[in-house]
Amino acid sequence: MPRQRLYPLADLEDIPGTKVFTARRSRQGYYLHKFCMSLMQSENREEFKKNERAYLDKFPMTEDQKQGVLARDFNRLIELGGNMYFLVKIASTDGWSAQKAVGSMTGMTPEEYATMMREGGRSPEGLRSIREGN
Amino acid sequence: MARISAGIATSHVPAIGAAIDLGKTQDEYWAPIFQGYEFVKEWIKDNTPDVVILVYNDHASALMLDIVPTFAIGFAEEFQSADEGWGRRPVPVVQNHIDLAAHVAEQLVIDEFDITIINEMDVDHGLTVPLSLMFGQTEEWPCKVIPLAVNVTQFPTPSGERCWKLGEAIRNAVKTFPEDLDVQVWGTGGMSHQLQGTRAGLINKEFDNQFLDLLAHEPEELATWTRLKYLREAGTEGIELIMWLIMRAALGYGVEELHRFYHVPASNTAVGHVVYKAKS
Repeated sequence: MPRQRLYPLADLEDIPGTKVFTARRSRQGYYLHKFCMSLMQSENREEFKKNERAYLDKFPMTEDQKQGVLARDFNRLIELGGNMYFLVKIASTDGWSAQKAVGSMTGMTPEEYATMMREGGRSPEGLRSIREGN
Repeated sequence: MARISAGIATSHVPAIGAAIDLGKTQDEYWAPIFQGYEFVKEWIKDNTPDVVILVYNDHASALMLDIVPTFAIGFAEEFQSADEGWGRRPVPVVQNHIDLAAHVAEQLVIDEFDITIINEMDVDHGLTVPLSLMFGQTEEWPCKVIPLAVNVTQFPTPSGERCWKLGEAIRNAVKTFPEDLDVQVWGTGGMSHQLQGTRAGLINKEFDNQFLDLLAHEPEELATWTRLKYLREAGTEGIELIMWLIMRAALGYGVEELHRFYHVPASNTAVGHVVYKAKS
């Protein structure tokens, strides 16, 4: 039976403010994510908190990825192959709520972001497609 | 013979689990959410199944780093709650029903679903939050649970259509299990939410409610929705909703909607919850 592609994969790049986590990005983020998953053990969290840089140096991550972690710059980490389900373990280690971690990527203060969510969240209007502007 | 008697769907937001664990369910922020689960907590006391096939996604707790299975079935005798960075949730150990899990796994492969079998893993909030929402805080879960994990994180995820067909295959597998078992299928995750980038915080009430409308009575329509549609309309993590299609297809053609609940927000996410009774 002939198979029809429903959309070109290039369309995944057409969503404003969004990096779709693909297999290639997953490989780019592999060691960053290995670090994140190491934080699922309390002794590793303690060691990371004591000396973040020394702990990060145990993983063959890129320097950019290490800087992104040290700065808690989640947007940058996503640019560098990260996915939030891994990255949120850094936030949890810091005692941040998931809302604070996610809100930190929006340019809003935690209070502004929390208020937006309580008021119904961010409307998809104008944020569906870069090409269509809708 | 085993039969699928009912289906439940719910969001599985980690903060909901934290609210339960920390005794915050009556706080102003959380009370309206837990109100939405009062019905099911009562209903399930009289309708406790022998086994739940619990469709969820692992949030980079046991899977997704070294191994990324599209569909995977838990095949250990029991599963501990994962430490996701703040310690393990204080919930009972999840007990599997090995005979049914083995039968379903075998039948799925025979039915051309090449499912991955996981002999050891911890289960994260994706699985334990729904259990807590239905059964509350308890010493042990009142039924066996077969974890069925779906990749909704790394693209491409399975399509909605593929999830629909998996649900049908699960239905066929359960119906051919010789032991007399009452089985429920739960679909979890969603509804609209995006946890990344400048579009984070996206909520699409119109999309979510259309999904809920169609899921009960015109679910085949949903099987045609593309992954891209979910990403655009419901956010990068909103695509978790494809797991609800597995639950719905497993129930067969007709369902009675016993309960529906929708609330915005819990943390970053729109909360949706339905309870369906199978008609056939």
